Amino acid sequence: MADTQYRWPENHQARLIGKRTDRLDGLVKSNGTAKYTYDVNLPQQLIVRAVDCPHAHCNVVSIDVSAAERIPGVVLVHLLNAPAAGDEPVEIRAAGTLIAAVAAETEAAAAAGAAAVQVEYELLTPFVADDDLAAAEQAGLTKRAGGGIELDEALGEPGDEDDEEEWEEQTIQSLFEQSKYVVQGKYGIDAITHCCLEPHGTTLYWDGSRLKAYLSTQNVSQTDDGFAGALGVTADDVDVTCEYIGGGFGSKFQPNYWGIAAAEISRQTGRPVKFMLTREQELKVGGNRPSAFLEVKLGADENGVVQVWDSHHWGTSGFNGSTVSVSTVPYVFRPQNWRRKATGIVTNNEPSVAWRAPNHPQACAITQTAYDDLAAAMQADSFDIFLRNLAHIDDPEKAPVYAAQLRLAADSIDWRQHWHPHGQGEKRGSVVEGLGLAIHKWAGTANSSNCLLKIHPDGGVESYCGTQDLGTGTRTVCGLVLAETFGLPIDAVKVNIGSSTYPFSGASGGSTTVGAVSESHRRAAQDALAQILELVANKLNVTADQLEVSGGRISVAGYSDQSMSWKEACSLIGVQPLEVTSSYRRGTQSPLSSANVAGCQMAHVAVDTDTGVVKIKKMVAVQDVGLIMNRKTAESQVYGAMIMSIAAALFEQRINDPASGDFVNANLADYKLPRLGDIGELVVHFYEPESERSRGVIGLGEPPVISGCAAISNAVCNALGVRVPTLPMTPQRVLDALANAKG
Amino acid sequence: MNPFEYAQPDTEQAALELLAEPGKSTAVLAGGTDLIPLMKRGVVSPDRVVNIREIDALKAIETDDRGNVWVGAAVSLAQFANDSGTDLLPAANQVIHNLGSIQVQAQTTVVGELLHRPRCWYFRRGHGLLADQGRKVIEGDSRYHAILGNRGPAKFVSASRLAPSLIAMGARLRVLGPRREDECWIELAQLYRTPGADDDLEITLRPGQWVTHLVIPPVGECLTAAYEVRHGEGPDPPLAAAAVSLRLERGLVRDAQIILGQVAPRPWSATRAAEALCGQPLNEHTVAVAGSEAVAGAVPLPDNKYKIQLASVAVRRALLIAAGRETGGLDGPMIRPADDPPPQLKLA
Repeated sequence: MADTQYRWPENHQARLIGKRTDRLDGLVKSNGTAKYTYDVNLPQQLIVRAVDCPHAHCNVVSIDVSAAERIPGVVLVHLLNAPAAGDEPVEIRAAGTLIAAVAAETEAAAAAGAAAVQVEYELLTPFVADDDLAAAEQAGLTKRAGGGIELDEALGEPGDEDDEEEWEEQTIQSLFEQSKYVVQGKYGIDAITHCCLEPHGTTLYWDGSRLKAYLSTQNVSQTDDGFAGALGVTADDVDVTCEYIGGGFGSKFQPNYWGIAAAEISRQTGRPVKFMLTREQELKVGGNRPSAFLEVKLGADENGVVQVWDSHHWGTSGFNGSTVSVSTVPYVFRPQNWRRKATGIVTNNEPSVAWRAPNHPQACAITQTAYDDLAAAMQADSFDIFLRNLAHIDDPEKAPVYAAQLRLAADSIDWRQHWHPHGQGEKRGSVVEGLGLAIHKWAGTANSSNCLLKIHPDGGVESYCGTQDLGTGTRTVCGLVLAETFGLPIDAVKVNIGSSTYPFSGASGGSTTVGAVSESHRRAAQDALAQILELVANKLNVTADQLEVSGGRISVAGYSDQSMSWKEACSLIGVQPLEVTSSYRRGTQSPLSSANVAGCQMAHVAVDTDTGVVKIKKMVAVQDVGLIMNRKTAESQVYGAMIMSIAAALFEQRINDPASGDFVNANLADYKLPRLGDIGELVVHFYEPESERSRGVIGLGEPPVISGCAAISNAVCNALGVRVPTLPMTPQRVLDALANAKG
Repeated sequence: MNPFEYAQPDTEQAALELLAEPGKSTAVLAGGTDLIPLMKRGVVSPDRVVNIREIDALKAIETDDRGNVWVGAAVSLAQFANDSGTDLLPAANQVIHNLGSIQVQAQTTVVGELLHRPRCWYFRRGHGLLADQGRKVIEGDSRYHAILGNRGPAKFVSASRLAPSLIAMGARLRVLGPRREDECWIELAQLYRTPGADDDLEITLRPGQWVTHLVIPPVGECLTAAYEVRHGEGPDPPLAAAAVSLRLERGLVRDAQIILGQVAPRPWSATRAAEALCGQPLNEHTVAVAGSEAVAGAVPLPDNKYKIQLASVAVRRALLIAAGRETGGLDGPMIRPADDPPPQLKLA
């Protein structure tokens, strides 16, 4: 038997790939039968409620749990970030930090117990002004976060006698002097949180020396290691299950310290333990995305092509004091001459974790706004300025792709009809409209993934893979790859995912999952099919390459009377099921998957200049993504991303109380999110000429969430003729920007 | 949440007795959309919760022979908006429409909404209604706090979205307790007050007193409207709001009520703005003057100067809507007196 050539069917042959397939788990999710981690309740379980710190910066001097232990139903109080008797105080550097965990027979007893824990705090001065670089410097709370300079070789090099920095400064200044247009601006975007609808947490128990954990996780195959390392066992002693998850967005890769605590409490009490964060704890410590603020001066030639970029940005990732990666500035664009510097600010907030497309949305929002301000300064069409600056981007090969995508998006949003120079649109009553755009990039490389596939002699097909479905449709992609390969309907295959006992599959982060499972499932399916075709070929006295598979039958090409059903074919396997294991390693060159996408988004907004309220009229996303597996869930992925962009552009922000540092809007009543009526018309176009389709599968999770914020900011600027410098553009900020412009 | 007694009486009398037991702190539960979250956070912890939603006498909307609309304390926002008896109350219906959330509309009661506690994040985080004599607000984040009536320690804003329009229409409340013979009527405007001391509430009801009915007098020839400046759609509190009730004679304003919401510790009667309108026709100029007059006495806190403009705009737009004019702003569909309630309010 020759080695299988892994490949996807041609476009005209594909039955399921690229078409619209309903989710395999759509019904059970809709009717509530799907069990999320939060739904798992085990007999005899204890429920844990954590005591969280109300102060952003303090020492926990001592803790007295005796009153809590006396509450009927309280079984155990477990210290998390608190000193044992006689120990040194523990410094707390973010509000919401979990101090102690109270395990009880009921939720009410756990809550009463948590309320009865007496903590002695010594208050320390908090710092939360992440936008105020001068204040942070004065407080000694800044960290250098990288920087660098690159100048066109034609500008020469400093002479032996020159001070290098001085020479660079002079060179940059002379570039500005030679520039036809010079734009200076300040831009920013606040920290936001992941806001997972299902909070972080776990329900778990020990079966002898084995830990069985139901964990809300994006990382089924690898969180066993996290548990094992912390609990002094090995990963083979830990089984992690996550069939369904209510949101992760990059925040659920670890068991986290509360997950470890749940396992310790369970070990100590011999009882199953359920430990989920409260809504407020979820917002405070479940995950957040760093803020970013940038000051820039750029110079451009007479065509609006940027010749020199000089920026300094800062922001906070919480008390570890980092900021958005300096390498992403300016975003996508890469002028020939640039100098950039980044400063991290230490604030009293929980350290940030990955948030869908780490660094990119903020980098796009603080830099492509400057490119749009260049268009505004020139009173030129932003579309033209973006197009011309494609001459200098970090991946020059992508320039034609961006150009084609921009034109497609412009047609879709009627750019030529609606565009006007910044601030020059018609005002109806107090309402002005505007258009904006931005571009983005992402890798989306397939992660490693293994798949165990069983074909039963009765025709049954089942697969096992330790991946997870974040709600994006991974389970359905696994099923449709198998069904496509075997010529079966999708409900004829049984997909099993969500358990660490299944073959390893990588974490779902960085748009790596659809590629991963497509690789592993297609490989396993093609390998299995090759074996079955050999058996059928022998039976029909033909060669395997003469056979074709479709409609539940395997037949000799051109001779439809020479065929057998899938079930008959499988009966040739013998009495034992055919088992095939496939293995795909990240980074392996493969015709099935690749990486690196471009994309653009455009926004059409209306702004009420009397109230500062911004409404999205329409947004268009154009995205290349290689070979689309399930068009329906791919579109959903982009819709969701656009809605998240609208949220961050207009609504979402972590609000720290300037005096106490507390995160005062850490609940879904005060933490603003868009509602259905706030999102306008959303349009998704996939850019999929054969040149893209033939690249194979590429991840789609991150790219569509990147450029929406900048596009909306640019559209508001186009409407008003005034930049609202910091996102979210709340009515207050819009009115402030208008007032400042009036002077 | 602390353990508490739960009672579900089926008569007013039984509720009265349960709510007025000496030595017990009691709370009325109707929709629970505000009480339950407050109890879960430990901001309030009553000894006894009395669910009045099963009292038949409180479930109806009725119009008496004088044209007064009686709304029982168990009537939901959705029931109110769908009832033909309330068709002539466009301002109140506009507010319910703005709330957006079908769940909130179905669960929250009209009377309960009038009694929602302030959304001030310092109050909700357990710092008390006055939040350390107002210091937490002044030194903290005051973006959603008061611009009027804020010179004392109270800096929060009154929560009710329906109150401004119902006050403008002269609504009253039937109040029972603590004893049967204490039954009384109070003007809705008199329900609210600005607390000055830590133990004061933002309402004037005494322990054991509770509201059985809201009574809205006939609108008659009055033009009424409400306008809320909302950051986004849905149930989040508006940034500023205004409701107006106007009586015109021969094209001139004879009598005006202008009540602001979300700008002061209680619904704020803009009397100077109303006076400025009297004797005037309604036009771009007079509504703009009224808008300015309404906020003439406003004093911003450190973070909320923008709300002065928003309150002024809300007044101007409410007047324009009452006059049947376009607001010129970025508004969703406005509700005017009509036969049909908005389609999304029709419940199965």
